[in-house]
Amino acid sequence: MMLRKLALSVALSLGLANGAMAAGGAGHVEDFDFSFEGPFGSFDTNQLQRGLQIYTEICSGCHGLQYVPIRTLSDSGGPELPENQVRAYAEFYEVFDADLDDFRPAKPTDHFPESSLENAPDLSLMAKGRAGFHGPYGSGMNQLFKGMGGPEYIASLLVGYTGEEKEQAGSIFYENTAFPGGWIAMAPPLYGDDVEFADGHSTDLHHLAEDVSAFLMWTAEPKLMARKQSGFAGVLLLTLLSVLLYLTNKRLWAPVKAKYKKKD
Amino acid sequence: MSGIPHDHYEPKSDWEKGLHNRLPIIGLLYDTLMIPTPKNLNWMWIWGIVLTFCLALQIVTGIVLVMHYTPHVDLAFASIEHIMRNVEGGHMIRYLHMNGASLFFVAVYAHIFRGLYYGSYKAPREVTWIIGMLIYLLMMGTAFMGYVLPWGQMSFWGATVITGLFGAIPFVGEAIQTWLLGGPAVDNATLNRFFSLHYLMPFLIAGLVVVHIWAFHTTGNNNPTGVEVRRTSKEDAEKDTLPFWPYFVIKDLFALAVILVVFFAIVGFMPNYLGHPDNYIEANPLATPAHIVPEWYFLPFYAILRAFTPDVWLVMFVTWITGGIVTAKFFGVIAMFGAIAVMALAPWLDTSSVRSGRYRPMFKWWFGLLVFDFFVLMWVGAMPAEGIYPIIALIGSIYWFAYFLVLLPLLGVIETPDAQPENIEADFAAKHSKHVDGGSAGSTQPAE
Repeated sequence: MMLRKLALSVALSLGLANGAMAAGGAGHVEDFDFSFEGPFGSFDTNQLQRGLQIYTEICSGCHGLQYVPIRTLSDSGGPELPENQVRAYAEFYEVFDADLDDFRPAKPTDHFPESSLENAPDLSLMAKGRAGFHGPYGSGMNQLFKGMGGPEYIASLLVGYTGEEKEQAGSIFYENTAFPGGWIAMAPPLYGDDVEFADGHSTDLHHLAEDVSAFLMWTAEPKLMARKQSGFAGVLLLTLLSVLLYLTNKRLWAPVKAKYKKKD
Repeated sequence: MSGIPHDHYEPKSDWEKGLHNRLPIIGLLYDTLMIPTPKNLNWMWIWGIVLTFCLALQIVTGIVLVMHYTPHVDLAFASIEHIMRNVEGGHMIRYLHMNGASLFFVAVYAHIFRGLYYGSYKAPREVTWIIGMLIYLLMMGTAFMGYVLPWGQMSFWGATVITGLFGAIPFVGEAIQTWLLGGPAVDNATLNRFFSLHYLMPFLIAGLVVVHIWAFHTTGNNNPTGVEVRRTSKEDAEKDTLPFWPYFVIKDLFALAVILVVFFAIVGFMPNYLGHPDNYIEANPLATPAHIVPEWYFLPFYAILRAFTPDVWLVMFVTWITGGIVTAKFFGVIAMFGAIAVMALAPWLDTSSVRSGRYRPMFKWWFGLLVFDFFVLMWVGAMPAEGIYPIIALIGSIYWFAYFLVLLPLLGVIETPDAQPENIEADFAAKHSKHVDGGSAGSTQPAE
């Protein structure tokens, strides 16, 4: 009896009880080919703009992007909207102004609003906070070799509804193949043809899911392109430095080593 | 400073003499930089410079991050996002700091295992070893507290689990835990003190690094043969050594540059690979993450912590004999800290008269198994505690202790060591004469 109590307290204190329960129910995440994957990948500006449109027309009904300043929509390496469009876009949202003690239309310097629905999580960092599908035994293989991460999870979730529903404790849950545990409280947000693109791009479910996931990758990692450029500069310069130091080192040590070479 | 005979700094000009009489700082720097260093050091002796670089990198990037970070439970997470989005170059500074911690631990583990293989901990370098272990402990504390600062889910729950370990100490545990946290649970007080200590401890590490370097500059470096530098005369010593500058500085900088190529590739192309995605979700005391995992560099010791579950007979026995004072949880805590303590005691547990593992035929295999065991523990530490994993963790933990407490004392008695080279020069000569004609590998006579 005492041992059982001990076991329980250890398991609880280490948070293992939860771990054991959730470990079995990981969902299935598909591999999507995003333009920003790999060291050479970059965001597709048109795709980010389509994603922004989907977010604005559908997701923003419940979800927020509280960490994303609206002005960054015109940053290079992002959706790159012209500044007048960003100003017009900002007015689409109402924000609370503490100075006015009232709501007013948003300005580009404001952030996107928070989630309006209490149990709808903020989407700013979703593509980084849900990157945990790393392949067999947590080995990180899928992330390393297929570039699979948060955007794959979001896209898989959006296309993963089976159409089954169940009611539990007064709430309706929807079956989803990507969601851990298999049942999610969010009703299917996309069915295909939910929006209409000015450029006539395909609006089937698969494409919509991909576009909005790419946009959410940008909201989570807006400096992705700058980061990769810094990475390249670092790798190139340090490789050059390595070569120079290698040659210096070789020459420095050559007379020391030559002393011991057998001459015969 | 060093016991190896060598030329000391001689002030030449009048102002140098004047300065030297008042403050011998140039002499100190000269003697530190020109220390006679064994010629035959291999590529495992480069980690010291990598570690020094990491400490500098972490302090410099850390100081910049502090300029923009807010240590408050309501603002910390958002201030990190502010750094990532609005601070000029902030995303790179943060990713360098984040991954810099990983590079720091890669280097420290390589450095420690090098010491364990080549017997660098043995007399007369025990003090260097002990100070190194203190630095390692401080590093772990610093890294752990730093991980709490972004106030993500893993920050919060990691802090809850680890400070909870102190609660397992009998009688005073809960009081200690409350004192550490500054309250009954992880909260604003905890975040603030962790921030304060995270800023303080790197400077304590820097101080200990100076003492660490001072200690091994007094004894001289170990080397792959474990044979001491000849101290009979300056001429003899010069046959075994070369000055640190320029020979080893250039060599070490080359190695550092190669390592930094890999480091920048990770920072540039996959900066979040080594982190846990849950830390991009703001801390929520009401929602426990499915699976609380520490950073990769803690995993081997986390595995040891979890290995001693209440159904292990040793744990049951200890619990029974102490009348329930030593619970399974407390046992695990003792095991985790004990795993580091036995490593620190290696100088007194190793009975072999031969220093370097290169000349110890049996030791080599057991050491190899220890390295393998370390990686197994790291892997199993990341797995859920169910199925086969707890058994693997238990076997791995037992081997860790057996290596230090049983094998190290025993091997020195039962093993017949191989012949060691007469001196360092002979080892160096044998290696470099081999490269030309390949035929005289056995020759230990330097061709002069």
